[in-house]
Amino acid sequence: MIEPEVSTIKPQPADKNKIWKIWWVAIILGVVTAAEFFVALQFPESWKDFKIFLFIGMTFIKAGYIVMEFMHLGHEQKSLMWTILLPTAFVVWLLGALFIQADAIYLAIYG
Amino acid sequence: MANSVSVNTNSKDLWGGGVEPYKASYGKLMMWFFLISDAFTFSAFLISYGVIRFKHPGYEGTLSDFSFSQTYWPVPEKVFEAFPFFHGVELPLVFVGLMTFILILSSVTMVLAVEAGHRMDRQGVEKWMIWTIIGGLTFLGCQAWEWSHFIHGTDAGSRLLDGSIIYGANLELNQYGPPDFAAFFFFITGFHGFHVFSGVALNFLIFYQATVGILERRGHYEMVEKVGLYWHFVDLVWVFVFTFFYLV
Repeated sequence: MIEPEVSTIKPQPADKNKIWKIWWVAIILGVVTAAEFFVALQFPESWKDFKIFLFIGMTFIKAGYIVMEFMHLGHEQKSLMWTILLPTAFVVWLLGALFIQADAIYLAIYG
Repeated sequence: MANSVSVNTNSKDLWGGGVEPYKASYGKLMMWFFLISDAFTFSAFLISYGVIRFKHPGYEGTLSDFSFSQTYWPVPEKVFEAFPFFHGVELPLVFVGLMTFILILSSVTMVLAVEAGHRMDRQGVEKWMIWTIIGGLTFLGCQAWEWSHFIHGTDAGSRLLDGSIIYGANLELNQYGPPDFAAFFFFITGFHGFHVFSGVALNFLIFYQATVGILERRGHYEMVEKVGLYWHFVDLVWVFVFTFFYLV
């Protein structure tokens, strides 16, 4: 059993700018999520494709802030950043390949 | 945390060991590589959801006339419109939106814990880790409620093609639409929920280690950063699940 001990290390003071920047990113994420709600519930149903386009756009804005700021990837070495980001191209390929397939299956059943 | 490790920068000795590739520690680098493989798993889940959804006819009429049917894919905002203590009130996507805010906030507190760790601020790490854990547990509680509601179904239920009425959902049949719809709900949100659960467990481990002074004796709080990466990833996945399962 490890006994809790009294810390002898004096923490460095917090950098106010850094803390403020973290909350600033949080506010952006919150506002974008709120905007997604607004689009989902207030925009007319007939704008379906436009709504989907907006949802995907806003999702990538949020993903960008989470990965680049919260996960700090934007501040790592550029080579590390690309090592992580480039393999996601395989996801785009899978998306394309399987959606073409799905279209063909739909046509074969209902077309 | 390169300040605690001596890094050999002489280019002649690059292959002699002791050099951190990408100037990132082994642990952080491996966490990144694990996360990219995990991202592939979740991508495969979400893309196959899209494929199966494309394979089914979509709902053609207006939203106000929508009713559950086995013959077309349901509109998500008509399925997820319940809120605890507001029985019978239609609140489309409000509960899942609340869950999204909770997870984003717990991600913010995690960044603050990492920041406190950089300054060797043990009390700061403890404070923000406990908030992160509370956020994670709240999210899990919300998800438990949502699953329970989804499984038990609405008061009216929905009529199957053979005339019988089904309430709620299981892996074979559901009142909301084609069987695949509920199956994907269980698999995608369940797999994500399990990630949240293991994230909370790891967060608690780090909170414990910070509290009893293990991390301080080690001289750095890099473990907070590594577990933080995992926790942000869980939030990142939820951002995508929220869009592609609940909004689109």
